[in-house]
Amino acid sequence: MKKKYSIFALIKNAFSNNENWQKMWKSPEPKKSYDVIVIGGGGHGLGTAYYLAKEHGIKNIAVIEKGWIGSGNTGRNTTIIRSNYLWNESAFLYDHSIKLWENLSQELNYNMMFSQRGVMNLAHNEHDIKEMKRRISANRLNGLDTQWLETKEIKKLVPIMNTDNLRYPVLGAAFQPRGGVARHDAIAWGFAMRADEMGVDIIQNCEAQSIKTKRGKVEGVKTSKGFIRAKKVAVVASGHTSVLAKTAGVKLPLQSRPLQALVSEPIKPVINTVVMSNAVHAYVSQSDKGELVIGAGTDGYNSFTQRGGYDVIEETVRAIVELYPIFGKMKMLRQWGGIVDICPDASPIISKSEVEGLYFNCGWGTGGFKATPGSANVFAHTVAKDEPHKINAPFNLERFSDGRLIDEHGAAAVAH
Amino acid sequence: MILINCPYCGPRDQSEFSNGGQAHVARPENSENLNDKDWGQYVFYRDNPKGIFYERWVHSHGCRKWFNAVRNTSTDEILKIYKLDEKPPKLDSFTNTLKTPSGEPKVGSGNFTVKK
Repeated sequence: MKKKYSIFALIKNAFSNNENWQKMWKSPEPKKSYDVIVIGGGGHGLGTAYYLAKEHGIKNIAVIEKGWIGSGNTGRNTTIIRSNYLWNESAFLYDHSIKLWENLSQELNYNMMFSQRGVMNLAHNEHDIKEMKRRISANRLNGLDTQWLETKEIKKLVPIMNTDNLRYPVLGAAFQPRGGVARHDAIAWGFAMRADEMGVDIIQNCEAQSIKTKRGKVEGVKTSKGFIRAKKVAVVASGHTSVLAKTAGVKLPLQSRPLQALVSEPIKPVINTVVMSNAVHAYVSQSDKGELVIGAGTDGYNSFTQRGGYDVIEETVRAIVELYPIFGKMKMLRQWGGIVDICPDASPIISKSEVEGLYFNCGWGTGGFKATPGSANVFAHTVAKDEPHKINAPFNLERFSDGRLIDEHGAAAVAH
Repeated sequence: MILINCPYCGPRDQSEFSNGGQAHVARPENSENLNDKDWGQYVFYRDNPKGIFYERWVHSHGCRKWFNAVRNTSTDEILKIYKLDEKPPKLDSFTNTLKTPSGEPKVGSGNFTVKK
């Protein structure tokens, strides 16, 4: 059992120069076989291992990660959390996640820095207003706290916003106060620490190279540290899921594209909520360090380069400067790109597959971070019971042949 | 940023073009007799390789003509551009530079072109 993190632990460790903090997880060599191998040590994967151990009593688990845990898209996103999706299926899934987020710091005894500062989606034209009001009504029927804000109410919350003197004036916004941001490293590390405590092996720098199957049943995973046998394999590999699925002979309806984000130099607090705009493609929040965190759109073509086109950043920065003239002379510190796997209906796949013992949690596209604990929780259920939880049952692979798509292009808020 | 050599206009910036996804996807014959699964495959499933990929482009902000390309999606290198009525080149005529099945170096980013 690890020591609890607390204010007393902070003070105590300050006296020893912060050199004696406990090790958060072991780094074991892989065993010959496991009950479950989770491929991908991001938030979703580590969370899956955590909930498998905690809620389903499966302890013989390995999480294998190509690099370091949380070094993929978990560490690349813009950390926005919300659940204001249109359809019932998505609203239940994303709100399940927010409810878990609300308790996660306490549950894991690790500070998620979860800050429910609200998420605002701006409307810039008549169509936006109608579409958003429809979405708000749908959200309220599903028990979500979305509400409509008039321009003057927006101005009160975000005084620095230029609402009228621009090409596409701000006409209103959908606002979800329970939305917000969290620290992305913390969710990976928190899940990893508590999973490790329950006996899960977290194996870093171990690349999954192919999934071995025999007579329609999964056998194990060939990795850079040798072959590891497994009864069940859960793939949570984000942009590279389709590459891995192919090695098991499974084709998924995913397309991998670069998605970019950037942060500015740190400044004093100027914006205390998350503001997104679908129409002009600008979204921005301010981190606790004071940096503006800005998300750009995806590139219009498939790529695994972990970069993106400059024109995509230019487009989003142009819109940001028009919406917030105060940011006009700011310098951007860093820009990066990650590879996201996009589904035809902009909703994820959390599903069994045609191969026995092989499960996929993928297709989160541009918005997987918010769903991390919820997705992990229902995916663990799917893997443990070999059948979906009622929340993720609609997010199956069959929807691409029976036509029950969950079209969330409108609520996804990032252009793709 | 990719420079695309439009077969009609010459080299232009990628932002002038729109991508049309995988090339050479034929609509199945007798589609009225197709079952839901096969029809779903045709409508929603496309190749997504990390490596060499046939794809379509249209010069939207130029001549507005469609053409095909072979591109390495792990480096964004365009290997061949050919017109719609030309025969597609064989994929094995290009060398795949990927070192591992998933194409990643052991640690860190898979950004070969920048690391070189």
